[in-house]
Amino acid sequence: MFTNEYFPMLIQLVFALGFVVLVLVVTHLIGPSRKTENKLDSFECGIESKGNARLPFSIKYFLTAILFVLFDVEVIFFYPWATNFKELGLYGFTSMGIFVALFLLGFLYLRKKQAFKWE
Amino acid sequence: MDLLFLLDKSVIAFVAFAITLLIATYSTYAERKIAAFLQDRVGPDRAGPFGIFQPLADAGKFFFKEEIIPNTSDKFLFIIGPGIAMLTALMTSVVIPWGDTLEIAGRQVSLQVSDLNIGVLYVFGVVSLGVYGIMIGGWASNNKFSLLGAIRASSQMISYELSMGLALIALIMMTGTLSVKEIVDQQHGFWHNGWFTWNFFSQPLGFILFIVCAFAECNRTPFDLAECEAELVGGYHTEYSSMKLGFFMFAEYINMFISSAFMASLYFGGYNFPFMDDLGLSQNWITIIGTIVFFMKIFAFIFFFMWIRWTLPRFRYDQLMRLGWQYMIPLALINIFITGTVILLRQP
Repeated sequence: MFTNEYFPMLIQLVFALGFVVLVLVVTHLIGPSRKTENKLDSFECGIESKGNARLPFSIKYFLTAILFVLFDVEVIFFYPWATNFKELGLYGFTSMGIFVALFLLGFLYLRKKQAFKWE
Repeated sequence: MDLLFLLDKSVIAFVAFAITLLIATYSTYAERKIAAFLQDRVGPDRAGPFGIFQPLADAGKFFFKEEIIPNTSDKFLFIIGPGIAMLTALMTSVVIPWGDTLEIAGRQVSLQVSDLNIGVLYVFGVVSLGVYGIMIGGWASNNKFSLLGAIRASSQMISYELSMGLALIALIMMTGTLSVKEIVDQQHGFWHNGWFTWNFFSQPLGFILFIVCAFAECNRTPFDLAECEAELVGGYHTEYSSMKLGFFMFAEYINMFISSAFMASLYFGGYNFPFMDDLGLSQNWITIIGTIVFFMKIFAFIFFFMWIRWTLPRFRYDQLMRLGWQYMIPLALINIFITGTVILLRQP
């Protein structure tokens, strides 16, 4: 069990998690604590803050996230193909060519729809 | 046997962990000194000779500062945000081969915490989790500037992750493996069969795409729009103080160190160096020299990161997105096509 290649990763996780938690707890304990009403206000250039930050924001960011999900799935398809590329030879190359052509078609459509345009 | 293996791995993991933290701490010093050098200033010189204790003083100050959690913030998420950022930054170093194998008392000890056969994918997975740290931290602050910084950072990071993945595919096609250790071993020496063995010389375009994405993923200038102080006060960490701010900062420097190590391993031969077989030294000496060479390559990349920071101005957000989506992705696809054609033509 210990010789499993994922086991050392767990050791690293223990170190990393231990460090993060320990440091957060220690700084919480040893730092001074002199809280005032103004200090705990959110900082917005010194002007009194209006409302909270749970505001609607530009749809472009959401669109980027959606496009990322679509394209990232396609990128993941490339990985097993790339690892076996030399064995697959010309057959693999042409099949992937067709896949990339479809990928590019979607990409060009998005470009035409100005999905990548930020004012 | 099992216990010895466990001991080896624990020691390597601990040493790698300590070195990562040390280098991240001293990167702040290097950054200030290099900035000073490039701008014809002296830089920090008060704490100790040449100011070499400055990072320790800074770290101490981070510990003893008052911890401020704003009233309006989401307390739980506010605390775990920087924790996630730091944790993911520390976890990526697992698959980096710090050196070849050492022979200690008849056993072969590999200087790598874990040789995962999906190493490259593992790094991508962990790096994309890092986005959550920034996003959660910025959102939980309940501050408009933090929120803007966080959504800017996350949409920038996911955009460049795509081109980063595509840029690496051409390399994977050449090497035929996802294990970082195997990729490094394939680049043994420097010159073989009339061409360089280091992947940079066969994948120059891929490397350029990769390094641009690495800059964007680490939120370094010219892509540091997430903490664009002229527009966003401090960006996603405006509300943070004490060690939680420190975590965000250290995570950035650790990411820079790890991506330098990653670039050195994938494209510049990792621990391999020219004429390593002609020296006639024993395996252990070659490994030790190799590790030193590897760190020299990493430091060269870190210096490059800092050099760029003090040379180039920041992009505008629309320019950043245009570069990421409209130039990097098609270029990466062209690179894959060229690589595929060349590999097929050279096959018997």
